[in-house]
Amino acid sequence: MRLSLVGISHHVAPVELRERVALPLDRAATLARSLGDAVCLSTCNRTEVYVADEDELAALSSLEEIAGEPLRSVAYRLHDDEAAIHLFRVSAGLDSLIPGESEILGQVRAAYDAVRPGPFLDRVFQQAIALGKRVRTETAIGESPASVPAAAAALAHQVFGELRGRRVLVVGAGRVGELAAGSLAARGATIAYVANRSRETAAALAARFDGEAIGLDEVPGRLADVDVVVASTGSPAALIGAADIPSRRRRPLFFIDIAVPRDVDPAVGKLEGCYLYDIDDLEAVVSETLAGRRVEAEHAERLVALEAQRFTEWRASLDVVPAIASLRAHAEEIRAAELAKLGALPDEERRTIESVTAQILNKLLHLPTVRMKEAAAGTEGTRYAETIRELFGLDGEAE
Amino acid sequence: MALMAEVLFWPAVVAYGEAVIAYASPRFTRLGTWGVRLGWLAQTALLAVQASRADGFPWSSWAGSLNLFVWLVVGTYLIWGCRPRFRLLGLTVMPLAVTLFVAARVGGGTGAGHRSGYGNLFLVLHVGFVLAAFAGFTLAAGLAGLYLLEDGRLKRHAADILRLKLPSLVVLEHLMRRTIAVSLPLLTLGLVAGFVRLRERGGGVDALMGATIATWFVYASFLAFRPSARTGAHLALAGFALVIVARIALAGSHF
Repeated sequence: MRLSLVGISHHVAPVELRERVALPLDRAATLARSLGDAVCLSTCNRTEVYVADEDELAALSSLEEIAGEPLRSVAYRLHDDEAAIHLFRVSAGLDSLIPGESEILGQVRAAYDAVRPGPFLDRVFQQAIALGKRVRTETAIGESPASVPAAAAALAHQVFGELRGRRVLVVGAGRVGELAAGSLAARGATIAYVANRSRETAAALAARFDGEAIGLDEVPGRLADVDVVVASTGSPAALIGAADIPSRRRRPLFFIDIAVPRDVDPAVGKLEGCYLYDIDDLEAVVSETLAGRRVEAEHAERLVALEAQRFTEWRASLDVVPAIASLRAHAEEIRAAELAKLGALPDEERRTIESVTAQILNKLLHLPTVRMKEAAAGTEGTRYAETIRELFGLDGEAE
Repeated sequence: MALMAEVLFWPAVVAYGEAVIAYASPRFTRLGTWGVRLGWLAQTALLAVQASRADGFPWSSWAGSLNLFVWLVVGTYLIWGCRPRFRLLGLTVMPLAVTLFVAARVGGGTGAGHRSGYGNLFLVLHVGFVLAAFAGFTLAAGLAGLYLLEDGRLKRHAADILRLKLPSLVVLEHLMRRTIAVSLPLLTLGLVAGFVRLRERGGGVDALMGATIATWFVYASFLAFRPSARTGAHLALAGFALVIVARIALAGSHF
């Protein structure tokens, strides 16, 4: 059995090319089925086709047809162990733009589920999915946020714990503020208010989160009513000063100031119970967490190596096991034929002869069987299997 | 019996020690948790042996009460602190537990025990409640320390804030307040038992009693005035300093 892979990813192809071969799940599955026993994994960062026992050139041609241009100069083509290791690294998140991102594991599973491939690819993908889960369980590679909006939400979680029921005031309805609000909402926070210079823009964003649109002049008055403030306006001067902060006593107030120039006076961060993170602070946190992910990635690579070793052994055994089975069947056939020549014998004598011959057969075949299995664990399995077939004339008897 | 106590002390102290070492690394937090659990079981067995051997309340001596105190501290920690996010709390509490447990043994508090001149009911009410309260205050102080650590890291924007994961500020403050709210009534009951006996049999107020009363006032003001989280954490630590003075420095004046 051969495993082949052809594909392009963010490592080798620009987005202009990737977007042309990025396929929705149903089209990726259709492509895979048209190629025989295959799985097509297509995300925004990669489109890869894994095929079993087939030439990957047909897959490459199909991708070129979809892209509308030759891909041979950029596409990678990998085989057997290399292809498997690549898939393992992909499902572990090690080949992703951001190491450890978790979305890819779901995408691998979806690609696999969409076609339900034959036994060989089935085993490889099951192994890859199990490894992806293991990497996320046994390492901390996916625990820390990898973007500024995600870091802002994680920091809010560090202050409040559960964010469900926590109220958020978004000051500035720009793209970055929207992303931060989205990260907070994804963790259960309520986007209570959206303040913006333009009421219409504020209303549009507020409607997305089921919040209330307010004017910038209303911001200080709403601070007593919220737990988190996300500020990202283009205002040239600070909008929130220390004097605007109401007495909150035992309720913390967390400010995420993504604006440049800053919207929140740095003096606010010095007040008791107030925590203020500006864009530099958030980027420092992200940079640190990415460094942490890289450390964890080393641990994950070790898990990939272990899994790759298991794959190599399993694939080698695929060559050897049928040869062993054929050899035993061949020997058993000879034994049965010779026993048949004995004619009528008393039952007890027949049982004794059958037992003795079976033992001789087992003892004779024991060592070759063990040696072949050992060879299968290394790189000699296929050669041993071929030799056995040649010596005993087993061609055509396999399996 | 002495041999049995000996046999049970060592696995307990070794397991607690293992927890201290394991908690030092985030990777071995689970091993640390198991160390705490197994050590606590061994110490529970040790206390059971002491209880079955003694005629009365077996932890009335300074060292014996220290042994019981350690068991209560670790037991309280086990109730809700034995989770990966509370690793640093374990790293705070378990070294203290090991140190005090060894001190209890050196002082003879892990042996077969001796009979006290006090009545059993009085000892259970007075020593038991006061020690349970002190155990709670110890945990509250650990939580207060974690709160101040986390608050400081958030204030100075520590870049590794999300790598060294601690419970959130709100959770730490909530648990600290709840622990103190449960512990203070226990201390009150223990003190009342002590004062009743003092009134019946006479005697003066010694230094340890003075420190314990001061401790009560510190934690009572914590609950009465409901200070801000940061001030509350400092107050909890100040109260714990008095607990340490009472338990370690002044214990000899009382027993």
